[in-house]
Amino acid sequence: MEKRAHFSGWTLPLLLILPQMAITVIFFYWPASQAIWQSFLREDAFGLSSEFVGFENYLGLFEQPEYYRAMVTTVIFSSLVAFFSMSCALLLATQADKNIRAGHAFKTLLIWPYAVAPAIAGVLWIFMFHPTLGTLARPIRAIGIDWNPMLNGTHAMILLVLSATWKHVSYNFLFFLAGLQAIPRSVIEAGAIDGAGPMRRFWTIVFPLLSPTTFFLLVVTVVYVFFETFGIIDAVTGGGPAGQTTTLVYKVYADGRLGGDLGGSAAQSVILMIIVIALTAIQFRYVERKVQY
Amino acid sequence: MMKKSLLGALAFGLATSTSAFAQTEIQWWHAMTGANNDVVNRLAEEFNNSQKDYKVVVSYKGQYADTLNAGIAAFRAGNAPHILQVFEVGTATMMGAKGAIKPVYQLMADAGEKFDPKAYLPAITGYYSTAKGEMLSFPFNSSSMVMWINKDELKKAGVNEIPKTWPEVFEAGKKLKAAGHDTCGFSNAWASWANIEQLSAWHNVPMATKANGLDGFDTEMKFNSPLHVKHLQNLVDLQKDKTYDYSGRDSKSEGRFTSGECAIFLTSSGFYGNVKANAKFDFTSVPMPYYPDVQGAPQNSIIGGASLWVMGGKSADEYKGVAKFFTFLSDTDRQAKLHQESGYLPITKAAYEKTKASGFYEKNPVLETPLKELTNKEPTENSRGLRFGNMVQIRDVVSEEIEAALAGQKPAKDALDAAVSRSNQILRQFERTVR
Repeated sequence: MEKRAHFSGWTLPLLLILPQMAITVIFFYWPASQAIWQSFLREDAFGLSSEFVGFENYLGLFEQPEYYRAMVTTVIFSSLVAFFSMSCALLLATQADKNIRAGHAFKTLLIWPYAVAPAIAGVLWIFMFHPTLGTLARPIRAIGIDWNPMLNGTHAMILLVLSATWKHVSYNFLFFLAGLQAIPRSVIEAGAIDGAGPMRRFWTIVFPLLSPTTFFLLVVTVVYVFFETFGIIDAVTGGGPAGQTTTLVYKVYADGRLGGDLGGSAAQSVILMIIVIALTAIQFRYVERKVQY
Repeated sequence: MMKKSLLGALAFGLATSTSAFAQTEIQWWHAMTGANNDVVNRLAEEFNNSQKDYKVVVSYKGQYADTLNAGIAAFRAGNAPHILQVFEVGTATMMGAKGAIKPVYQLMADAGEKFDPKAYLPAITGYYSTAKGEMLSFPFNSSSMVMWINKDELKKAGVNEIPKTWPEVFEAGKKLKAAGHDTCGFSNAWASWANIEQLSAWHNVPMATKANGLDGFDTEMKFNSPLHVKHLQNLVDLQKDKTYDYSGRDSKSEGRFTSGECAIFLTSSGFYGNVKANAKFDFTSVPMPYYPDVQGAPQNSIIGGASLWVMGGKSADEYKGVAKFFTFLSDTDRQAKLHQESGYLPITKAAYEKTKASGFYEKNPVLETPLKELTNKEPTENSRGLRFGNMVQIRDVVSEEIEAALAGQKPAKDALDAAVSRSNQILRQFERTVR
């Protein structure tokens, strides 16, 4: 017997798939095609005049040393954020999964930061760590560390990684927790009866069973870092000092929205789109092999 | 208080929803914060109470660059505000956008409002007018860069005379540092405006060719001259032990002065409202320092601040309201008051004369400082003003390179050379889009 559901004719399946298709076309394919078209044009900020320039925007991009630097920055930034936001979330989730008093309250509190808009999150961190405004920056300076994210690129990067991680931990936490709760207790108990300690139980039973969740989160987190962090970067460092925290997505935002160079910005976003598609493809091709469903 | 205004808003909402009270709304987008935000709100309120046909609605849209971008985005989406406050560096962008804007001289003529461009201070209107003297935008809050001084701290540090030249400022910074200001001897906001743009005008050195862009868009940057390099190198040297400490590209760190952390701070004269409200020490402002070995220095400073641009494509009735509002703003008493409270310059000659005659400057010399700087000498090609396309982007590039030099990543000369060549690329792009 065949497992698949069978529909006779085309009408019903088409009808069922149509809303999803419409949403995908309107909110993804149409804007994406606009971006591609835009990347071949040179326009003034107000959109009053435009000229078709072919691949000139792309070629101009690869002549800028700043563009290559943004690529390197993006790699560093995204690996750090992905690593920290996933490992912190996993740690928190395993702890919250234990039977502890007021467990629900903890879980709710841990999910909260996700509801904060990226720009607001950035401002919150600025209030804590801005060299002059920051409430925590003063004590740091008082103990002798020359904390200065306005001129020190490493400090600026630390600050950014912290805020971008903080913002995304909740999301990862939520999925890890759900994943943990789906693992049958009996399996873990059996391990415990066989004499495996908590660490051993975690690495040999829990973590492999969490691998689909981990893989999913890896993909989502990478997409998050690539596309959604410009609000945080804008509020925290503005891409500075000296462009050391300018990532690819922030450069798209800065050149297009702040600088009014729509063609160049569109070309960058097309390249960014290609990079993320490639990255996701690689993840599915190679990383997914290690995943056991 | 909260409740009352809420009720008021509710009552107003109900009243305006009926057609009997058909007021024409004038949207005014601005970038004023703190004490200056209160000034904007009060001006709109006064105007709304003064007549019944129009209602000015103010919206704060973030920092200057954000406000400009919000306006551009709204224009592209077909719902631009009527009045957009654009900072002086956005002037070329707005001028290049023929069709997106309604020139102010034309607006006033169409609406039949009395309008004499000669009534306004030429140091200000020159910046916003065409070569023929047609005023394109309405000057609102003009300022210049001044040096703010914390007199109490200077005295404590044994600096008996307020510094006039850069070498004196460096000396004072070292003394302040020795007296306990170990995180900041002196500093400035607006990295590029202070260290490149004003420095050039104040020393009569060109920042770019073609009279700094006023004579055409085919201009080329020249701010990597020996003077510029020397100044940046001085700052780099002093940054090492924080005798000078960098305070960012915009005005976010101005609080370092009012909090007492930095006792010498270069920033806009428009900072006055906030200093007056927050500083718990004896303060004053003096003209920017200069290098005494540069012949003829100091020259005159250039203006900063913002003007009001009228966006295109609105109805005649709406334009009439905007014109009436501008006439309202030009009123001598109102301008004089605005100037005396905010620290921004009076935009009309009459308001300046009135303030002078009232003896106001004797008691408040702080407010005359920017006026003295602007009128210090007859402006030259290098000190009339700036007009560069995509100036917002250029400023970011310049600040980026200044940061690289201050952080010790590259020598001052290399940083300025890089800033010049990157800025030139941006200028060429703009030139192509306005052609």
